[in-house]
Amino acid sequence: MRWIWIDRFEQVETGVQAGAVKNVSLAEEHLHDHFADFPLMPPSLMIEGMAQTAGILVGEARGFAEKVILAKIKRARFDRLVRPGETLRYRAEIEQLTDAAASTLGRITVDDELVGEVDLVFSHIDQNISGLEFPQENFVFTEAFMALLNTFRQHGGERIEL
Amino acid sequence: MPALSRQEIFENVKQTLVDALSVEEDEVTEEATLTGDLGAESIDFLDIVFRLEKTFNIKMPQEELIPRDILSNPDYVNDRKLNAAGIAALKQAMPHADLSEFEKDPDIDKISDVFTVGSIVRFVEAKLAEKG
Repeated sequence: MRWIWIDRFEQVETGVQAGAVKNVSLAEEHLHDHFADFPLMPPSLMIEGMAQTAGILVGEARGFAEKVILAKIKRARFDRLVRPGETLRYRAEIEQLTDAAASTLGRITVDDELVGEVDLVFSHIDQNISGLEFPQENFVFTEAFMALLNTFRQHGGERIEL
Repeated sequence: MPALSRQEIFENVKQTLVDALSVEEDEVTEEATLTGDLGAESIDFLDIVFRLEKTFNIKMPQEELIPRDILSNPDYVNDRKLNAAGIAALKQAMPHADLSEFEKDPDIDKISDVFTVGSIVRFVEAKLAEKG
């Protein structure tokens, strides 16, 4: 199973901001249960989509050398329902970035209309304050994840070297 | 910005902790420990540090908050407990913290228990003074 909740990575400005797109489709199974008579994109999965967009932004800022893990959902508010057939746009910007962690601000829109705001905190877990050790391989930015960046490259963004 | 009084620093730290940890204002006393009394987990420290840096326009390097080089130094640690030399080094590196309780059982896995609201206020005060 590929736990990837963005369809296309659109743009990145290193260490500053990034954007991604997600098309909401009735072909996705979860919408049939959420809800059978009134399918809606679950806000929890929009938070995941933002975490993936912002996570790539934070990872790219340090050349994908760090394992970037979502540490905390600092704030999430949703103002509008999202239905099948709509296209979500995720925009994430770095608020603070240090050796140990990053905080990001995020906006989700459909056709320029605000759907929600999701602010997150990420940990560079090898630099964690508890001194815990993790496996050496980068299990965050796996091949499946990095393939998303290929979609970005194919759309003219050639700055990221894989 | 005019120099903040200690009370103003405390009020700002309190508001930061209320926002970051969803605790009640009256729970945030000088003596309250972040992990034990206010329920902070290690990941909350990242959030709290970011919020304090923004609120006070200061930098709070992780190695100054918790000096890992001391806690991982084999000369200072026996069986995950700090020895006397380690405690002395820690006191020098963490002047903002009250280590009197920690000294009774200097288990390095319990180091985050030394962070009280008061110690955070003192850390911020020192950083603001450095900035001048």
